[in-house]
Amino acid sequence: MTDVLTPVLTDNWDQERSWTLAAYEQRGGYQALDKAFSMAPDAIIDAVKESGLRGRGGAGFPTGMKWGFIPQDNPKPKYLVVNADESEPGTCKDIPLMMASPHTLVEGVIISSYAIRANKAFIYIRGEVLHVIRRVQRAVQEAYLAGHLGTNIHGSGYDLDIVVHAGAGAYICGEETALLEGLEGRRGQPRLRPPFPAVAGLYASPTVINNVESIASVPSIIANGHEWFASMGTEKSKGVGIFSLSGHVKRPGQYEAPLGITLRTLIDLAGGIREGHELKFWTPGGSSTPLLTAEHLDIPLDFEGVGAAGSMLGTRALQIFDDTTCVVRATLRWTEFYKHESCGKCTPCREGTWWLVQVLAALEKGQGNEEDLDLLLDQCDNILGRSFCALADGAVSPVASSIKFFRDEYVAHLTHGGCPFDPAAATVFAPAGATA
Amino acid sequence: MLSETTYGELQEIAARYPEPRSGLLPMLHLVQSVEGRITPEGIEACAELLNITAAEVSGVATFYTMYKRRPVGDYHVGVCTNTLCAVMGGDAIFERLKDHLGVGNDETTEDGKITLEHVECNAACDYAPVMMVNWEFMDNMTPETAMQIIDDLRAGKEVRSTRGPRIVTWREAERVLAGFPDDLADEGPAAGPASLVGLGIAREKGWTAPAGAQGENGHAVPEEPRQVEQAAAEASPPQSDNATVEKESGTSETAAEKGDAQ
Repeated sequence: MTDVLTPVLTDNWDQERSWTLAAYEQRGGYQALDKAFSMAPDAIIDAVKESGLRGRGGAGFPTGMKWGFIPQDNPKPKYLVVNADESEPGTCKDIPLMMASPHTLVEGVIISSYAIRANKAFIYIRGEVLHVIRRVQRAVQEAYLAGHLGTNIHGSGYDLDIVVHAGAGAYICGEETALLEGLEGRRGQPRLRPPFPAVAGLYASPTVINNVESIASVPSIIANGHEWFASMGTEKSKGVGIFSLSGHVKRPGQYEAPLGITLRTLIDLAGGIREGHELKFWTPGGSSTPLLTAEHLDIPLDFEGVGAAGSMLGTRALQIFDDTTCVVRATLRWTEFYKHESCGKCTPCREGTWWLVQVLAALEKGQGNEEDLDLLLDQCDNILGRSFCALADGAVSPVASSIKFFRDEYVAHLTHGGCPFDPAAATVFAPAGATA
Repeated sequence: MLSETTYGELQEIAARYPEPRSGLLPMLHLVQSVEGRITPEGIEACAELLNITAAEVSGVATFYTMYKRRPVGDYHVGVCTNTLCAVMGGDAIFERLKDHLGVGNDETTEDGKITLEHVECNAACDYAPVMMVNWEFMDNMTPETAMQIIDDLRAGKEVRSTRGPRIVTWREAERVLAGFPDDLADEGPAAGPASLVGLGIAREKGWTAPAGAQGENGHAVPEEPRQVEQAAAEASPPQSDNATVEKESGTSETAAEKGDAQ
């Protein structure tokens, strides 16, 4: 029986100066790299396939399969691009990982690049996290100086260069083809697929784009064996993942556990919902994943379990809201975010998110009527699945799911002539015992 | 006018990439570090160096929210007002700071010190409500602590990030984003308290990942140490044509030493 929490990626975060090369190597860092170099690149791809690792950036696509899509007979250079543009509301796992242990990521980049036969890799980090960028810049520099990067790495004959690239503020660049546009020095607007990046990605060359946590998982899989990784988690959602609890729990933070753990267990570990209140709604994997409620506390947090409950595992960004929180206010704010971040390329998204905000903002003030809820759902129907990328699909998630579970609360805004909640009661600095 | 040095550094950025235009985002960060904002001169310089039109550069500069067309103060203060932080107190903090500073969203105080803006989720939700100062984390804010930080910044006192170093100026920060590191990477903790909550519980309960094929707790331990030594023996020495490597190689362990350390 696997333990409740299983620190792998987070295991060295409490180590003294864990971000340094010396600390990382002291724990056996960069030795998975030697094992990788003793294997054929295809054998590494097979091991990652066998491990069952699925993309940790939200979509859950099998990582090894993605790597296998790179056409090795294509004469163009191959590229690995790490998506470190962590911006999905509620998601806060890659940033502490790169802050505490950037070398885990760098070692993962080297092994993964070797597997797909790339000699150039990019780490695209959102620009708004200065100190994280410093730590990754330093880790790459240290890795060069120690011979883990550059030419003939560890005497293997394999060469790799890594460029650390800072973004400039655009949620959409977390979408992989928009990220590539940004990395090519353009406006970050998603591309039509096909062709997929594996065939024509960066500079129209075969490109793998993986999330930070996915790539950081690779060294431990290679070092400990794919069976080890697959021994954790559930049948179709293998391995461990970092679960990020935020909001109205007593101890918000990062909890690394096998996939399939429940929110009930996680909230227990977090000391429960804050005193005197109860769980009202939560997101399983960021604001783009439909809201769930207290009736979903026992669903397994894996790709299948959350999917069966009508939402998505996403990035395991568990935002917890208690009974002081107005769901209409929460939904309006998320919707304003999607409107702001829509890149403007596709009309249903650009115009649709604008209209959602108009209708929601009126409802939040108690204006409009109950038919506006059906109007919102109709707008959602006209947005969902009609754009190049998934931003617009994410935008309808909070709207549709909040109406599904909390229609009465929307109506209460109309009957009350405005929001019936006191926003001060929901804050962390609210006086004890404050109620909505 | 941009200096020759700046032109040289802009070219240096473009040269990092297989195709120069890939350097545009960091190049614009450099423009901001030198000019205090995206200026017409900066746009022209990027266009000229990348052999694209000024309109193409402007199109990029207007797309990304970190690029500013109006002068930014010494300290850019971003209050997260995305849903979770807003609910936890971000809205109250933002309102209080607007009142306190007498500015609106995306405006700068008359003394040129503080630019206030509400920002979207900055990936620190377990530290909500979060404020960013020149893109450094200020975790677990209250209206009072946020105001104190602003007052200290305006008074020229040293302010440190709750999970990072002393706060540098906005222009200095932009230079790091352009890929010219300062020397502050080693400052601050490895992780803040919330990042370590789960790990602490696991330590207390004795919970670990299963032992791997080659070690315990998921640590990477080599199957046969001899393999590592062999690889180290075959490893080529540091490139002698790289002055940086040569200068610093004495401080980094050799692969053989690393093998022995196990």
